[in-house]
Amino acid sequence: MEKKKFYTLLVYSENVAGVLNQITAVFTRRQVNIESLNVSASSIPGVHKYTITAWSDEDQIVKITKQIEKKIDVIKANYFTDDQLFIRETGLYKLATDIVLQNAEVSRTIRHYDAQITEVNPTYVIAMKSGKTEDILNLYNALDQFGCVLQYTRSGRIAVTRSTQEQVSEFLEQREQTCQKS
Amino acid sequence: MRDRITGSKALMRALQAEGVKTIFGYPGGAIMPVYDALFDYTRGEKKCFDHILVRHEQAATHAAEGYARVSGEVGVALVTSGPGATNTLTGVADAMMDSTPMVVIAGQVAIGSLGTDAFQEVDLVGVAQPISKWSYQIRHAEDVAWAVSRAFYIARSGRPGPVVLDFPRNAQVEEIDWEPKKVDFIRSYVAYPKLDKAIIEQAAFLINQAERPLALVGQGVELGNAQEELKAFLEKADIPAGRTMLGLSALPSNHPLNVGMLGMHGNYAVNLKEQECDVLIAIGMRFSDRVTGNLKTYAKQAKVIHLDIDKSEIDKNVKTDVAVVADCKESLPALTALLKEARHTEWRESFKELDKLEREKVIEPAIHPKEGPLLMGEVVNAVAEQATDDAVLVTDVGQNQLFATRYFKYHHKRSICTSGGLGTMGYGLPAAIGATFGAPNRQVVCFMGDGGFQMCIQELGTIMEQQSPVKMVVLNNNYLGNVRQWQDMFWMRRKSFTKMLNPCYELIAKGYGIGYEAVTDRNNLTAAIQKMLTTDGPYILECAIREEDNVLPMTPPGMNVNEMMLEI
Repeated sequence: MEKKKFYTLLVYSENVAGVLNQITAVFTRRQVNIESLNVSASSIPGVHKYTITAWSDEDQIVKITKQIEKKIDVIKANYFTDDQLFIRETGLYKLATDIVLQNAEVSRTIRHYDAQITEVNPTYVIAMKSGKTEDILNLYNALDQFGCVLQYTRSGRIAVTRSTQEQVSEFLEQREQTCQKS
Repeated sequence: MRDRITGSKALMRALQAEGVKTIFGYPGGAIMPVYDALFDYTRGEKKCFDHILVRHEQAATHAAEGYARVSGEVGVALVTSGPGATNTLTGVADAMMDSTPMVVIAGQVAIGSLGTDAFQEVDLVGVAQPISKWSYQIRHAEDVAWAVSRAFYIARSGRPGPVVLDFPRNAQVEEIDWEPKKVDFIRSYVAYPKLDKAIIEQAAFLINQAERPLALVGQGVELGNAQEELKAFLEKADIPAGRTMLGLSALPSNHPLNVGMLGMHGNYAVNLKEQECDVLIAIGMRFSDRVTGNLKTYAKQAKVIHLDIDKSEIDKNVKTDVAVVADCKESLPALTALLKEARHTEWRESFKELDKLEREKVIEPAIHPKEGPLLMGEVVNAVAEQATDDAVLVTDVGQNQLFATRYFKYHHKRSICTSGGLGTMGYGLPAAIGATFGAPNRQVVCFMGDGGFQMCIQELGTIMEQQSPVKMVVLNNNYLGNVRQWQDMFWMRRKSFTKMLNPCYELIAKGYGIGYEAVTDRNNLTAAIQKMLTTDGPYILECAIREEDNVLPMTPPGMNVNEMMLEI
């Protein structure tokens, strides 16, 4: 059995109802857990972008990618490893104000991790950090040691490719040309 | 001038525009406006369609599949919402597995009631999505023309498959200005991938060097209508070819390069030779587990070339050295042009010794038994001897299917309707009805076991009403024979619920007014078959089969293909 690696799938689809369901069903059928999922409009009008992360072996992720791309309304699906992508996630940390004020180490830690404080009131302080998964997790672990974390959440991953080619736009251009020819 | 019509009438016009001639269906509450529109389109001067009233919605889908398989056209099923819609799902899944073009149109509650558990509401698009090529809800009448054209384009193009259209009641009654639409391009869907010349060169290079090439022919050749291109390809480089169950009529049985059927119960030589060939050329087939047996050992010695229109089939089960992703109608001639004429006489001769062994040990005892009750192989062989050259073979699922596909003879393209991937018992009878409409001038012979016959036996009602000339051969062994065979082989002979108490089929035939004869004595077999085939209209021939006959040869599940057993 191949070793499992962490993969990010970038999927582009038409903006129609029901595509997300079809994409996640491909994972479910093969019992692969989705670690994170982000859906948003892409830079191309009418095209939605899905950023999906999962642990898998390459053989499996290739098949999953092909099965997703086979869906009628899916334009392109590709899989990547972290080194091929520019990646960001965001962590939100809701902290107890009294502990933050009592213990100067808390503020120091927030600064050390280059996180921002976005809201302060007598009950809680909200800190926010953008970065890679492990940076966000490390900050959480550090803050948790002070016993001040009331709530914590981490966003799904968003990513853009490091490649200089814009595969999806090029593919769509080619398709439009094919359509005009016929 | 404005042309104001309802969504239901728009559906009629859209189906007409797609060239639909036959609709298999069953009315119900949520599809009544459509059935009302259909009334005018099925009679009188304006008649456009034949509507075949089935007796169960599952049968509508299998009939549509049978129709599609023999005609190459898209099969159409029309049903109501809720249970009508869920009853089609087995057929939808079957068509998906076997790449059969079909459009299912189901009624639905009005969109205002969606999600309220309204009477006969079911989330059809939700449940059909993973088992269909495309599912769509037509929420308003103005979408009808576009959605129907898109549905037919998706169902028939590329690798064909089933499309499900969910048609809420409000959209059926809303009035719109009719405007025809034609969808023949979807930017996100590449139906026909562009042939890569460099890849074709690589494939030709491998084949030109091969000393022991072997082709595996699948249904893709029939779907791509590339039967002649296949022959030219095989003949130029003298390549022996095995066919999958669904690809049996892609190459005639009597073609000198045909080396038989692949798979678990296929022919002996070709199964063994898969482990000896040096170049394996798979054409429009998907390396089903029923073909490959143990994947870890399958054809490891060979370079594998895979021609398929569906990119997701490449490397799915068997790793490919050269993948030609294209329509085989285009890729086969391109490849043939680069082939050197070759002769592989020694290699081809090497099949014959094994063929002889199979003939002695398996085929002769199966088709020419000297004593005891009738055998399935013997009945199929006797029917094949008398059937017309362009007869269509329809089978149910189980031993009847394995014997029928093994011993029937295929002379004409698009001659087989069988449920391959899903293995749907009950498929045979309705698929045979569909085949009589899809190929009205051809003989349609349907082999069924006593189990599968009873799974859609209500369709005798449809046959009676339509007088569909289905020649039904019931191979009755009072067992669910294939499961019984596995129980005997792998479950210590514990025959758990495989013995069946059967009704009197003669009385059933009589009830439906269908011609019937029973055969128990082999001396009467030929005459009984002759009578069945020469009687106009439907006919049931019930054959009393030896109860515990086994299908051989057999590669037990998960075993290596070259471990195929000639005897148990």
